Amino acid sequence: MSELHLLSTQQLITGLQDKQFSSTELTEHYIKRINALDGKINSFITHTSETALAQAQAADEMRAQGDKRPLLGVPMAHKDIFCTQGVLTTCGSKMLHNFVSPYSATIVSNIDKAGMISLGKLNMDEFAMGSDNSSSYYGTVQNPWNLERVPGGSSGGSAAAIAAGFVPVATGSDTGGSIRQPASFCGLTGIKPTYGRVSRFGMIAYASSFDQAGSMGRSAKDCAYLLQPMIGHDPRDATSIKHDMPDYVQDLNDAEAAAGDKPFDGLRIGVAKEYFSTGLDAEVETAVRTALKKYEELGATIVEVNITDPEITLATYYMLAPAEASSNLSRFDGVRFGYRCENPTDLIDLYTRSRSEGFGPEVQRRILTGTYALSAGYFDAYYTKAQKIRRLIVKDFEDAFANCDVIASPTAPTAAYKLAEDLDPATMYLGDVYTIGVNLAGLPALSQPVGLTSEGLPIGLQLIGQYWQESKLLATAHLFQQHTDHHLQHSAIAKETV
Amino acid sequence: MNTATTTDNNADRKHGVRKELFVDGYEVVIGIEIHCQLNTESKIFSSAPTDFGHEPNSQASIVDLGLPGVLPVLNAGVVDRALKFGIGVNAELGLFNTFDRKNYFYPDLPKGYQITQMANPIVGEGYIDVVVNEGEKNEYPKRMGITRAHLEEDAGKSVHDAVDGMTGVDLNRAGTPLIEIVSEPDMRSAFEALAYIKAIHQLVTWLGISDAIMAEGSFRCDCNVSIRKPGAALGTRTELKNLNSFRSIERAINREIERQIDIIEEGGKVVQATMLYDPDKDETRVMRTKEDANDYRYFPDPDLLPVRIEQHTVDSIRAAMPELPVARRARFEEALGLSEYDARILTGSRQIADYFEDVVAEIGQQDAKMAGNWVMGDLLGALNKDDTDIIDSPISAKQLAGMLARIKDDTLSGKLAKKVFAALYEREGGDADDAADKIIEEKGLKQETDTGAIKAIVEDVITKNAAMVEEYRGGKEKAFNGLVGQVMKASRGSANPQQVNQILKELLG
Repeated sequence: MSELHLLSTQQLITGLQDKQFSSTELTEHYIKRINALDGKINSFITHTSETALAQAQAADEMRAQGDKRPLLGVPMAHKDIFCTQGVLTTCGSKMLHNFVSPYSATIVSNIDKAGMISLGKLNMDEFAMGSDNSSSYYGTVQNPWNLERVPGGSSGGSAAAIAAGFVPVATGSDTGGSIRQPASFCGLTGIKPTYGRVSRFGMIAYASSFDQAGSMGRSAKDCAYLLQPMIGHDPRDATSIKHDMPDYVQDLNDAEAAAGDKPFDGLRIGVAKEYFSTGLDAEVETAVRTALKKYEELGATIVEVNITDPEITLATYYMLAPAEASSNLSRFDGVRFGYRCENPTDLIDLYTRSRSEGFGPEVQRRILTGTYALSAGYFDAYYTKAQKIRRLIVKDFEDAFANCDVIASPTAPTAAYKLAEDLDPATMYLGDVYTIGVNLAGLPALSQPVGLTSEGLPIGLQLIGQYWQESKLLATAHLFQQHTDHHLQHSAIAKETV
Repeated sequence: MNTATTTDNNADRKHGVRKELFVDGYEVVIGIEIHCQLNTESKIFSSAPTDFGHEPNSQASIVDLGLPGVLPVLNAGVVDRALKFGIGVNAELGLFNTFDRKNYFYPDLPKGYQITQMANPIVGEGYIDVVVNEGEKNEYPKRMGITRAHLEEDAGKSVHDAVDGMTGVDLNRAGTPLIEIVSEPDMRSAFEALAYIKAIHQLVTWLGISDAIMAEGSFRCDCNVSIRKPGAALGTRTELKNLNSFRSIERAINREIERQIDIIEEGGKVVQATMLYDPDKDETRVMRTKEDANDYRYFPDPDLLPVRIEQHTVDSIRAAMPELPVARRARFEEALGLSEYDARILTGSRQIADYFEDVVAEIGQQDAKMAGNWVMGDLLGALNKDDTDIIDSPISAKQLAGMLARIKDDTLSGKLAKKVFAALYEREGGDADDAADKIIEEKGLKQETDTGAIKAIVEDVITKNAAMVEEYRGGKEKAFNGLVGQVMKASRGSANPQQVNQILKELLG
């Protein structure tokens, strides 16, 4: 059973159903790996091994008694941005180093109800602000493919844990690419659904009109399995939208059954030259174009589309997201929960020191930027103008989708880079250039692996879909994965046995 | 200087004509912001209860506490109530209204921002017609403009005396729904300000959208006061806060007018500031000046979708609106023939008016005056004495009507009716609608109208009071009343007074 952790979610479900192994054995296997190997990559902030084993035992008993929930007893882990009742929930920040949440996020409860077993809480950039997991109070995370490289961010812990074979799937959140970019860096598939598809209740807010939870796994089908219990209207989130309830796994099975030699017959893939601009690494471009060729071989048509200049998109995002963040993070004031400075002399001292000591530099930078953008005298020039551009970006996507079904691009301009102490924020922000347009528009998008660089680092292809068309996106990745093996490559850590 | 009472120079009774009211040659300009709690059972953005007076922080949910990850969801009940208010002040309604965040740090503000409506309020421009100095000789009507009214959440409270050496925070009130009503600067005196505030107070209670109890803080007034020489541009205003009774509103405004006049007369300048009124010292003092003012960094709250109100929703709320005080009062005067005074008292609150009309519905419009007299006099008198609201009246409208019917059919004299009323008030007749009849029966309070029986009593009285009879016959008219009194006493008050008079006169010849 040494390779249990290399099985897909579907293989795990089959194995549990066929009694090839129990949930307890599976959970023990993952915990053993985490204990032995996570010291190398630091993907977990909190372990919940004891409760996980108890839940696994319970799951085995329930299954024996005829419980047919497909995900019953399948392990997973949560990004530490999701509140988990009775469990430390830090959001990667010193500010919440002592915050044991008294309630669970809606998606956490939903995944519990599906019978899945959470192995713990995963490392992340502080308050999801960052693209390489370097802003976490709990330390950097190493890329399991190459320990000198970053795993991407902000869901860096989620990506690293899956790529290391510590969990088959994990939750993530995506405000400007925080699921897709680490998926790309770690050779995984990760999907950010349509804004409003998944409840945000209990997901600690970074930028409310951008934040969306999603799933990450090795394959599109892994993502489909975990995304299923996450979706649906939540009366506790006014921005979660009542919509049809697709069955993602069933949709993939149907697509697979219907597929012939040319599964992408009739599929129009939009390619925008704006997504192949300066700064794009040559190896990344080659891998992405090769993947597009493969899609063509499998029946797809490539059409040229235009989307908003990514640099304008980037500026718009880094105006609006910090503006929302500056307000969202005001509740961390040292008064009711979380970090409080020692011996405050008065109220202002309590506020300023708690926040200066509790927040790291990247978070403080975004709070300050956002505060500035919302200030009297600057609001119209920055915030209002950026909102207008946001509407134009939406319009540009709508126009592009008039001529295509999905849009393809590199997920990130480069593969995973080495952590540089002196990386200036603006350069780091450039890494988000292909992913943030999707968040400004609220569209669904995924990243899937399409090859390795000469140094053996994964490269990701981004697919952007139309509103509510996660099934189509997942199928576009899944059928590709049926004909390729990029998603079956394993990181160095995953190949280690313990 | 003179005290800041106002003089009414030009009692123009038409609406919309500015009243010329000067204090020491200065014109006073007052605009008012009223924070009125809406009486929903749960909070504006959470399901926690809004009850007043519980253990600190026992009425606050994770949403009210502003925990990481929580989100607000709008309580539909506040929207309906705000729309009722908007219709009640003849306002343009914000059929597309949105929520904004007002950002500032304070311990009683858990999220570090207050959710309010800045850009697109639910109620736009409107007005309310008021009567200034109502009931006084110098009363006059005036139309007061309303700029807007918007929904927002209340903050919690800092508690300074509960924890030794520290300030406690009670978040029970956090998230209680408020409608903030902003007036035009239309008030020219403390009396006008009071008239406006009382009219808004009556309206919100009348509409049943707020308990509006000033002492509990569910109806709070901030008054912006400035003075100027007639015709000059608006002067610098100060904002009076912490006004929790009609009396302190009147006093605080007048003290502030005096303070501002003193400053200007001494050659100084009024500084824009928030003032606190100290009722014990009867003075206003500066709480903070504009330099300390926050930049609130308003922006649309991304957690809440815009509220779009369909016209049919407005139509159905409009159709269900109760008749408003002004209209009801006019109807009481015109259709029921009540005096202006009676109509005003009987529309003092919607509950009083409803009660009165319930009585009238039972006994008929022709006896509305009698019904009004009993409601205003005996009933409200007794209720006031007991500090009881008419809604908790021990006598139901039907019971009172039942008693009035017995007056009409001569079963009761006025005097007996008072006894029956007292018994009804003590609930001696039980819950039934015919409680009065029960009391009349049990206590034998039925008026004696049998001529033979009365005659027997009168004859007896004449025999026993020979001296008085002599006096009467000797021309002393007063003695007659003495004899009537004796008959009433002998009948234990039950004899019909008219019949007693008549029979006595007959027998005395």
